[in-house]
Amino acid sequence: LVSGMYASGKYSSRGPALIPRMKTKHRIYYITLFSVVLLGLIATGMFQFWPHSIESAADWTLDKRSVHDAPVVRLPVSSPIPERGDLSCRMHTCFDVYRCGYNPKNRIKVYIYPLQKFVDELGVPISSTGLSREYNDLLSAISDSDFYTDDVTRACLFIPSVDVLNQNSLRIRETAQALAMLPRWDKGMNHLLFNMLPGGPPDYNTALDVPRDRALLAGGGFSTWTYRQGYDVSIPVYSPLSADVELPQRQPGPRRYFILSSQTAIHREYRAELERLKEENGEALLLLDKCSNLSQGAASARKRCYKGQVYDYPQILQESSFCVVLRGARLGQAALSDVLQAGCVPVILADSYILPFSEVLDWKRASVVIPEEKLSEMYTILKSIPHRQVEEMQRQAHWFWEAYFSSMKAIGLTTLQIINDRIYPYAARTYEQWNNPPVVKWSSVNSPLFLPLIPPRAPGFTAVVLTYDRVESLFRVITEISKVPSLAKLLVVWNNQNKSPPEESLWPKVGVPLKVVRTKENKLSNRFFPYDEIETEAVLAIDDDIIMLTSDELQFGYEVWREFPDRLVGYPGRLHLWDHEMGKWKYESEWTNEVSMVLTGAAFYHKYFNYLYTYKMPGDIKNWVDAHMNCEDIAMNFLVANITGKAPIKVTPRKKFKCPECTAIDGLSLDQTHMVERSECINKFASVFGTMPLKVVEHRADPVLYKDDFPEKLKSFPNIGSL
Amino acid sequence: MQAKKRYLTLFSAGACVILLFCFGGIQVPLSRRGPGRDDQNEHISPRQKRDANSGVYTARRCRMESCFDFSLCERKGFKVYVYPQQKGEKMSESYQNILSSIEGSRFYTPDPGQACLFVLSLDTLDRDQLSPQYVHNLKAKVQSLPLWNGGKNHIIFNLYSGTWPDYTEDLGFDIGLAMLAKASISTENFRPNFDVSIPLFSKDHPRTGGERGYLKHNTIPPYRKYMLVFKGKRYLTGIGSDTRNALYHVHNSEDVVLLTTCKHGKDWQKHKDARCDKDNAEYDKYDYREMLYNSTFCLVPRGRRLGSFRFLEALQAACVPVMLSNGWELPFSEIIDWNTAAVIGDERLLLQIPSTVRSIHQDKILSLRQQTQFLWEAYFNSVEKIVLTTLEIIQDRVLQHTSRSNLMWNSLPGGLFTLPQYSTYLGEFPFYYAKLGIKPYPKFTAIIHVVTPLVSQSQPVMKLLVAVAKSQYCAQVIILWNCDKPLPAKHRWPPTSVPVIVIEGESKVISSRFLPYDTIPTDAVLSLDEDTVLSTTEVDFAFTVWQSFPDRIVGYPARSHFWDSNKERWGYTSKWTNDYSMVLTGAAIYHKYYHYLYTTYLPASLKTMVDQMSNCEDILMNFLVSSVSKLPPIKVTQKKQYKETMMGQSSRASRWADPDHFAQRQTCMNKFASWFGTMPLVHSQMRLDPVLFKDQVSILRKKYRDIERL
Repeated sequence: LVSGMYASGKYSSRGPALIPRMKTKHRIYYITLFSVVLLGLIATGMFQFWPHSIESAADWTLDKRSVHDAPVVRLPVSSPIPERGDLSCRMHTCFDVYRCGYNPKNRIKVYIYPLQKFVDELGVPISSTGLSREYNDLLSAISDSDFYTDDVTRACLFIPSVDVLNQNSLRIRETAQALAMLPRWDKGMNHLLFNMLPGGPPDYNTALDVPRDRALLAGGGFSTWTYRQGYDVSIPVYSPLSADVELPQRQPGPRRYFILSSQTAIHREYRAELERLKEENGEALLLLDKCSNLSQGAASARKRCYKGQVYDYPQILQESSFCVVLRGARLGQAALSDVLQAGCVPVILADSYILPFSEVLDWKRASVVIPEEKLSEMYTILKSIPHRQVEEMQRQAHWFWEAYFSSMKAIGLTTLQIINDRIYPYAARTYEQWNNPPVVKWSSVNSPLFLPLIPPRAPGFTAVVLTYDRVESLFRVITEISKVPSLAKLLVVWNNQNKSPPEESLWPKVGVPLKVVRTKENKLSNRFFPYDEIETEAVLAIDDDIIMLTSDELQFGYEVWREFPDRLVGYPGRLHLWDHEMGKWKYESEWTNEVSMVLTGAAFYHKYFNYLYTYKMPGDIKNWVDAHMNCEDIAMNFLVANITGKAPIKVTPRKKFKCPECTAIDGLSLDQTHMVERSECINKFASVFGTMPLKVVEHRADPVLYKDDFPEKLKSFPNIGSL
Repeated sequence: MQAKKRYLTLFSAGACVILLFCFGGIQVPLSRRGPGRDDQNEHISPRQKRDANSGVYTARRCRMESCFDFSLCERKGFKVYVYPQQKGEKMSESYQNILSSIEGSRFYTPDPGQACLFVLSLDTLDRDQLSPQYVHNLKAKVQSLPLWNGGKNHIIFNLYSGTWPDYTEDLGFDIGLAMLAKASISTENFRPNFDVSIPLFSKDHPRTGGERGYLKHNTIPPYRKYMLVFKGKRYLTGIGSDTRNALYHVHNSEDVVLLTTCKHGKDWQKHKDARCDKDNAEYDKYDYREMLYNSTFCLVPRGRRLGSFRFLEALQAACVPVMLSNGWELPFSEIIDWNTAAVIGDERLLLQIPSTVRSIHQDKILSLRQQTQFLWEAYFNSVEKIVLTTLEIIQDRVLQHTSRSNLMWNSLPGGLFTLPQYSTYLGEFPFYYAKLGIKPYPKFTAIIHVVTPLVSQSQPVMKLLVAVAKSQYCAQVIILWNCDKPLPAKHRWPPTSVPVIVIEGESKVISSRFLPYDTIPTDAVLSLDEDTVLSTTEVDFAFTVWQSFPDRIVGYPARSHFWDSNKERWGYTSKWTNDYSMVLTGAAIYHKYYHYLYTTYLPASLKTMVDQMSNCEDILMNFLVSSVSKLPPIKVTQKKQYKETMMGQSSRASRWADPDHFAQRQTCMNKFASWFGTMPLVHSQMRLDPVLFKDQVSILRKKYRDIERL
């Protein structure tokens, strides 16, 4: 205060020529007014000791230049002032998209103006803090990111190095003049300003008061009336505590308190309301305030009190399921950041507030928004939320903080990404990318064939027969398959480079087109190539020795595939098991009650999976399969289960496939080495996928009337073999 | 002079403050208090501030906070009142459809005293003065409405506003504080979270039911014959002509086919330009439908107004819309994430559009295309869906903390089937397990519907209770006592290891078996008739199957429907057939949520019909579940031929022997189909059996042996 008086005295001495000529009445009036304003400022706690001035910190550089070396720019009094800012601005009206152009990387280029120190004609800086540490962090993060360009001609977005984070420390008019002086200002077009504390007393505007033409505003504390949807970006109010305090990880779950209120500057009406809630619900609520007995200063920011009992802040936030975040004079509250960091679910009471990054973040998953008027019903409302949901919200809240709130860097880059998404909407990050925390991203599945479609029967399926040189057996298979009504085309993948396929005349006569594809290498993956010749969605992969499947079984398999077009629908079923002794996965082909794979020696599936297998198979699995000449079917089962999260469907009881006299179960071979190799495949694939995607089920699909006491000739699929 | 001085003084005072503040800021740098510390105790009461808002933010700055009276919705919930139609007032068919959709919905109330939202019976759809549908003197008519109240809590539907040449968005009367549900609304005029942007739909748009999307296959690769198409009018003069005039620059008559015609309006010859003849000739060469169905992307450029019919047409045709209409607030933008189903282009970058769409990856096309179909069927394919979506959006705003999340709106089965009043937690619905990476609760609750008194310990219900309670997956049994006789004493029920709760049905109606009882602690419900014969093994197996299909009904006896072309109506059959489309809920497992949906989503008319006949409740449930899942139910194997062989033993058999019973069910089917506006049932040809069912292998190897034993 003393310094304040001193400063004002000094300033008054510069204007003696003006003041004495005024009438005394007026003078008193002005002095009173001045004092009132001054007192008001102090009383409202407007003095923000944030952002921190970094001018004293000597170690800082931007563009390899020290802050101290920033050239001083003197603003003439008559320097132009930008217009106030147009509420109707949208990307298509106030943003020059040509500057961003077509860009194969779909990434905007951001230019940061070199640092300048703006002063008025008297040499007084336009901002009391100059460049704050926070804004500096933000600019450095952007200049280190791949958004950054130092080529002003290629830039799509311009960021002034004029720090307007905190309006309290700004001289509004001069700051505006400084902005207008920027060489590329051009009515603020494509300029982005970051502001976290907008407005000032007494009415606290919810957007920065600095006139800024068409500049975009990344603001903390927008209300629905100042926020230009799709143009501005609503950002959080950064909490400096987050850099200082490291909170221990806490798993989501029940907490000691149900609701916690930790803000210190709550309006007395609301505090009274909270007290009432506390009276009704007792221990479940913890109502903290600032500690009256502690001296002001750094320590007090880290303490909260209730009836003389002292609590550590923000640690105490971790002890509650819900934490109240009430509006203050401003809508945006730094407490929100603290609360999220603690994994406490914020209960936001700030009518008309535009939540941070609401354009992309789904706040319903991390917070509860309650109208201020319903504060008294808060307890009831929160009690109605299922426990499991509260736990997910706790996890989500912490994750939001980690990803988007934790540092100025996170805040800055998120803002740029949002703008980037608007400019290249077709390459925008998805809802899931924005909102799913890693643990959900890892476990959730979004099937690429998600629409519940039962494709029409008519197009039929394409049978893809993989063969090497067993011509006789191949011809038998072809003859058998050709009897299936829904067969549309036969595709023989001739995997033998040393031998030509038999002459055309020798092939069995079939009623559908038959095509032979010769491959360049004898690789198992050739069977899964998405050949252009496959014109149907449904593919029947079949080995050249599967001669036992009846036409009814195959047709039925196709019908089942139509009901499950996103699954592998096949005949030989297999299982993976966890071998407790060996501590690893084991392949099982015995008579089991469960199925987790169907072999692609005879299976229907969507052509899309061919494409996936060929182009999207993770890691080195494809090469591994080709090198070992084995397990392509297991790999396919992994792939499909991993992307759809669904089990395959085994159809019909069929167990014998190659010959009636073979043993009941036959795969490629039954010997021990084969089993060992297959087990090895499962372990290998599970490690590449980083998880075991296979799903175990206990059912198989049979025709509705299978084995029912009903005349066979009335059944659609009477010829279903029992072995 | 004096004024200037005053200002100077004021300014210097202000400067002092700032200066003081500068010093202040530097003087006390040690004290690090949190930002945003603004003690507002000194300021006006927040309550006053809120009240002040409603005075300031009106008309074009309306928001729910300032222009909507939430207290009206707290009386009876979200109820919508429609003004009675006045004689002599002409009304377009579209508006009639809107009103009857509201009147047929569960939100409707005929009592304005209970209403939270009001809908005019004055046709406001077409506000183009040149249009024959234009209603005159609307201003006076609206003002004279006794309940108008300055437009508070009213919603006004509008498809067309303004007229040639500038097509403004003015409705030609003062809407006051009313919300707008308007097509072609611009971001500039759109009041976020207050107005609702609706799609432009034609007068032929069906009132209910609605056509399905055209997508039948997910072809790979996903490219169609054309990459990008458009066919439409070109405006030679006036607003909206720029973009369409420039289309020919990107047209390549191969895979990018953008066609315009000048031939529309009376005097097009007068304005025609050099390109018209060439364009017109090219235009006539192509068939619009053929292009629509055979193109990967469809251009949707602005017309006279921002929105055009092309949008819904493309959506239905699974032709991914490429929006070229800067400043159009897309339909239902508040809830739909359009980036997942459309490409939002920029008119200024028209020349880049072809390379942009070509750069979109195959996987993305596949997913965009499927999403168009989901959105079309979920929100757009009938007037009823459009209206209900509008109402649900407003309801979400009103109920705030019990509103739908983004995922509920943007993934299957969509917001109209996902009622947040049931739960706001996605994990409690049957639809999101995979998305959340979680599984349903691994137990079920059995609900046995009892209608006959207990007379003997050997009654089927006793055996059933014991068998079901023995299942390792059974968490609880609820006996719903819908019998006229008083409740039997507790000890009359056999002892079981799981809790048995007896609930006395209040109204003893059959629908009460589908009430969402709080006492169901599990996700799965096993619904049972008292005379059902089931073994523990059968129950166990069915439950393991259900865990793979939590959004469907998994049951034992199945039934089928067919189209009886002679009688031109749906037929019902209980014969043994090679396919089925329903499973009886006398023995079926399904998700608890369907109880809630049955009770709250279905109209009272259908439920009453079911209760009066004491029949068809299972058909109705199958209709409901299939309309949500778009998939057939799942039949699992059963030991015996269930009821068919059981008849004559139990009292309820009389119900099945009754010849009326069958006819009733047929009638039900047709009633239900007409309410749903379509036939939601889907056929299946398969039954799920245990993996080793009836296999020739030692029975000791089999897990579900009992199913095979007779």
